[in-house]
Amino acid sequence: MREIPVPRVTEKVKELFLTAAYYIGADVEAAVKAAAETEPSPIGKSVLCQLCENYQIAREEQVAICQDTGMAVLFIDVGQDVHFTGGDFEQAVQEGVRQAYSEGYLRKSIVDDPLFDRKNTGDNTPAILHLRIVPGDKVRFLVTAKGFGSENMSAVKMCVAADGEEGVRNFIVDTARKAGPNPCPPMIIGVGVGGTFEQAALIAKRMTARPVGSHNPDPRYAKLEADALAAINRLGIGPAGIGGRTTCLAVNIDFFPTHIAGMPVAVNICCHAARHAEGEI
Amino acid sequence: MQEYHLKLPLTQEDVQALRAGDMVYLTGPMLTGRDAAHKRLIQLLDEGKELPVDVRGQAIYYVGPAPASPGHAVGSAGPTTSYRMDAYTPQLLKQGLNCMIGKGRRSDAVRAAMREYSAVYLGAVGGAAALIARSIKSMEVLAYPDLGTEAIHRFTVENFPAIVLMDAHGGNLYESGPAQYREE
Ligand code: SF4
Repeated sequence: MREIPVPRVTEKVKELFLTAAYYIGADVEAAVKAAAETEPSPIGKSVLCQLCENYQIAREEQVAICQDTGMAVLFIDVGQDVHFTGGDFEQAVQEGVRQAYSEGYLRKSIVDDPLFDRKNTGDNTPAILHLRIVPGDKVRFLVTAKGFGSENMSAVKMCVAADGEEGVRNFIVDTARKAGPNPCPPMIIGVGVGGTFEQAALIAKRMTARPVGSHNPDPRYAKLEADALAAINRLGIGPAGIGGRTTCLAVNIDFFPTHIAGMPVAVNICCHAARHAEGEI
Repeated sequence: MQEYHLKLPLTQEDVQALRAGDMVYLTGPMLTGRDAAHKRLIQLLDEGKELPVDVRGQAIYYVGPAPASPGHAVGSAGPTTSYRMDAYTPQLLKQGLNCMIGKGRRSDAVRAAMREYSAVYLGAVGGAAALIARSIKSMEVLAYPDLGTEAIHRFTVENFPAIVLMDAHGGNLYESGPAQYREE
């Protein structure tokens, strides 16, 4: 049994959200830089160069990459030999989010009641937690700050077996086509295939954080990723949606066993301000 | 594609000259507002009341800035997606608003109103928020301070970079731009 005082959780969560808000991942930055070299549209190229400059300013001045610093989503794997002490674990996580957003000059974008009151909670809480109990005595965090320009363009479809590979690919490509300029392309697309309605969506969200340039280890899914990516980049949407060949940087797919009668597919769109960070205590 | 350095507020000659695809650098004052502020403005118009800010001949930037850290006039301040303002926009254009700055497509009703009342829709690069913030020299709250980041502000900008997305003549870069690169 390993004891972890909950203030350490608060500290870690705060650190990870600040890192995510100011420092773009090396994978995303490298992909945008590479695209700026090859993008044939002059105005598209200038957009990509502005994004690279923006990443650098955010890093050097410790300011938010994008003003929409998102809704905080955390995937937390808790080792089963961990014992949290000194307070409520979930409250400690929320406190970490609160501190990051208030002390880090990040925008508070959360409203309490979604339909009627829509009153800002003032500290960007509550964050959304997805917990798993795993072997060991460590606590692993994957945090994402999800902007809503791209979240709003995401979709779930309850496909069936007969839709096949083509059906899945078409749904991914159609979702990107409909999104057009709204999610700030170039985008990163996370896809979950299988499971249930909510499981597919959870996988899709996790996949938005898989490194750009990585591939599904199953060659059939890896091919689907590559085909969907190529098809989206033929749509012509381009950087900022004003024309070009750089519309999507990555399509990251993962799957889960599903029911004999179904094949849920979730497509979660993330923008080039793909803010996530990982850490462990 | 032309490049213009323009003073805000824009004149009707400026608005008429701009074409989808032109690059502009703006200097001067602009209003800010998002859905929550638009909703209140339209409510006032519906009740026949006066608006707390004069929109005639003005530009509005759809933005909810991040808080400013020490040494900065404003926090990161890139555009938000404009379609959420579409339901309110035609009424503001009728009031004389002549320039909108945001990102993303607009409704047919907005595009028709832009032609009818002569207005342009400019795009700032979504997500280039720290870069854009450098061109914002000062900010003050003009109305609805209770809305926080969603309040109506006045930004004073210098060489604020933008692209003409939709012009007053029906030109639409979201159609003409991608059409050039589509390979379907
Ligand atoms: S979609 Fe992403 S880059 Fe665009 S405004 Fe939202 S958070 Fe920022």
